[in-house]
Amino acid sequence: MMSKINFLRPDKNNLNTFLYLGSFLFLISVLDVFINSFFSLNITGFLPGFLSFLFPLILGFVGLYFIRIEFSGIKQLDLLNKHINTNNFNAVLSLLIIFVVIKSLPPILSWFVIDASFAGDTKDVCTGSGACWTYIKVWMRRFMYGMYPNAEQWRINLSFIALVLMGSVGYFATDRFKKYLTLYYVVIYPLIAFLFIFFFISGGPVFFDFSYGIIAAILSIILGFFIPAKYKFYYFLIVPLALYITLKYFIFFEEYVELGKLDGLNWVETGAWGGLSLTFIISFFCLIFCFPIGMAFALGRRSNFPLIRYISVGFIEFWRGVPLITVLFMSAVMFPMFLPEDFFIDKLVRAIIAISLFEAAYVAEVIRGGLQALPRGQYEAAKSLGMGYWKMHIFVILPQALKLVIPGIANTFLALVKDTPLIFVVGLLEIVGMLNLAKTNPKWLGFAMEGYVFAAIIFWIICYAMSKYSYNLEQKYKTDR
Amino acid sequence: MNFKLKDIFPQLITVTAVVLVFGFFTYNAQINMENRGIDFGYGFLSQESSFDVQFSLIEYDGSHSYFRAYLVGLLNTILVSVIGIIIATILGVIVGVARLSPNYLINKFAAFYVEFFRNIPLLLQIFFWYFAALRALPLPQDAEAIFGVFFLTIKGLYIPAFIWQNFSVFFYSIVAAIIAIIVIRIHAKRVQENQGKQIPVFLISIGLIFILPLLSFLIGGVGISFEVPVLKQLATTSFIYEGGVSLPPELIALTLSLSLYTATFIAECVRAGIQGVGKGQKEAAASIGLTPNQVLKLVIMPQALRIIIPPTTNQYLNLTKNSSLAAAIAYPDLVLVFAGTALMQTGKAIEIVSITMFTYLTLSISISLLMNWYNKKIAIQEK
Repeated sequence: MMSKINFLRPDKNNLNTFLYLGSFLFLISVLDVFINSFFSLNITGFLPGFLSFLFPLILGFVGLYFIRIEFSGIKQLDLLNKHINTNNFNAVLSLLIIFVVIKSLPPILSWFVIDASFAGDTKDVCTGSGACWTYIKVWMRRFMYGMYPNAEQWRINLSFIALVLMGSVGYFATDRFKKYLTLYYVVIYPLIAFLFIFFFISGGPVFFDFSYGIIAAILSIILGFFIPAKYKFYYFLIVPLALYITLKYFIFFEEYVELGKLDGLNWVETGAWGGLSLTFIISFFCLIFCFPIGMAFALGRRSNFPLIRYISVGFIEFWRGVPLITVLFMSAVMFPMFLPEDFFIDKLVRAIIAISLFEAAYVAEVIRGGLQALPRGQYEAAKSLGMGYWKMHIFVILPQALKLVIPGIANTFLALVKDTPLIFVVGLLEIVGMLNLAKTNPKWLGFAMEGYVFAAIIFWIICYAMSKYSYNLEQKYKTDR
Repeated sequence: MNFKLKDIFPQLITVTAVVLVFGFFTYNAQINMENRGIDFGYGFLSQESSFDVQFSLIEYDGSHSYFRAYLVGLLNTILVSVIGIIIATILGVIVGVARLSPNYLINKFAAFYVEFFRNIPLLLQIFFWYFAALRALPLPQDAEAIFGVFFLTIKGLYIPAFIWQNFSVFFYSIVAAIIAIIVIRIHAKRVQENQGKQIPVFLISIGLIFILPLLSFLIGGVGISFEVPVLKQLATTSFIYEGGVSLPPELIALTLSLSLYTATFIAECVRAGIQGVGKGQKEAAASIGLTPNQVLKLVIMPQALRIIIPPTTNQYLNLTKNSSLAAAIAYPDLVLVFAGTALMQTGKAIEIVSITMFTYLTLSISISLLMNWYNKKIAIQEK
């Protein structure tokens, strides 16, 4: 049955005619762009310039118009119409996107793969118009480890592998050990990581300085058992630090330093650390430090004591109001002025302190959000059980609040990772800094693009994986409640 | 008075600790400065700066004071931030709406854009645009004109300059138009509340904002002409464009990367805001007979904006703070001019870093106050 065809109004009665005609026109338009971009052949070259340019768009538009038939009964066609072809405006946008993708594929592909050079290890092999991945290959060690001596790089690898293995303990822990996991991740794991990095990656005689800290911690914990519970918090706030300082400056003298020295590994100064491994080290330490500081200020901001509240608000708003780059400037040029003359703090440590304080303010706001989201009943129930402030927060409030804000914390951490390149301000070169250094090397001029694309891919993979992970966590906890 | 030792004690300890730390720092700073022979004070601000800045909005050279240099840096920071905020908002709203599009391709394209630009560090993006992408542009002598008047070269973007006659008349006509629009809006609101009549405020506003300036051209004696940049040869191989306005590549790279990066976050805010308005709201509005435009204007947007504005404010603040990354590509913003060059010359670390931080703090707080005021204005008035 063939009814009258009106080409301005496609309808269901002439489904086949419109379908064939429409898909034909649509395919022709796509094919035209495809041939044009992949084989640089302009099959519509006979048309005047302007028309030739717009030809595929017009053809595709008419084609899509013809096949826009509602309830056609063909499943694929209905899906297509629903998804990319709901009205004229959407049809044009869809066509444009299809054409842009087809047009941009060949240059990108040829730059990345087809014309790129992979072999060799000098600049001479890079003669093609594509990317010079040889450059990345030659500089790989520098991008990964900075100026860390080649012969010692196994130390970084070993530390990272060990830390990843120890970090994955949580996945294999049996139920019996599950309850110790929090303790493990909050206290033991950071401590081990710290030891690893300062013994292993740094090397040299840092051992003894650190051992004061261990002695002070053990002593204060033992003494802590005899302190009444009421003052325990303030005790642990003050005494370990005081002990450490006393031990370091008054009791042990220089000659004892030799005692604890670990001579096996060469000392590598922090100025030589760099590359992607430095990004990881900084992110890791800042995460560890900013979390407790942020938690303290979040609690401080919700405290009933006005003075503590004002100080917390001031701290948080100050760090949130200034850019990280000025904070790093401060740590580089202003902070040394605030310390006693003979007191030297390594610039990596200064950078870590600065970034930690900065991120702590953001973490504090995230945690405050979690604290505010908890219903008042939780506080009241805990109080009615006779719990004090600290007991209430440690056993009732914080476990719930922190669970709520895990995605927020993950986002803050993501921002932290993306902020690490800024440490170029204090003269530390992580991967982006190393790229800038490498591109000024006279032997390898002119490969800025390859370097940045390489770093962008690495960062993108890290950050995308983290954001997906935090999204999954968010979904998981959403259903839990 | 209801003094309790339990309440006073923790506060006292905290305050003492803070005071002690600050006292320790101040004491050390004093000793250090004495040892190095630096005196503390802001008097250097009026001294001659004797360094040049390659791009400034106000007249400046080495003979001006450090305070003037500070202003140059501050204005450059504000310039980048304002351009960046405008572009990022437009782009972000478009992408955010596109992510909600039923069109599969548009949706995925927007999602790709967001995921791509959001997950690459901003500094890397700035470096990419500045050192890799913009360096691939042609030299001035090889540049082809865009629309005959714009020249995009490796040395920056050259655009024609406006040369106004009687600019003040034009300016006042715009001010008059804005005042008239505000008056009409208030009047329209009153009319609607008293008589239930609707005045087409939007059309009248559009008309006013075009017609009044147009009138100023026709009868006010306002004239406009363009100064198109012209290629000029300095030496055999060195060319520049003269005339017109030149935007340095640093500015282009910075605004481009800042707005592309921030737009992804704004897009997510917009998406969350529109999704946050319940479907029932739209249906209820339609069922009491509002037209689709009215539904959008009176029901969806006011509710969506309430969700969108607070996080978007945060993004504006982030953009302003991130503009300090300019120092990395030598765009003369506040950090580079003041905390960089001026600090190196004077050695006044504490004064200069504190002024810089205080300035950013003021900028941040004023943006957030402005947005808080707007947010309060559009918040639900609960009875």
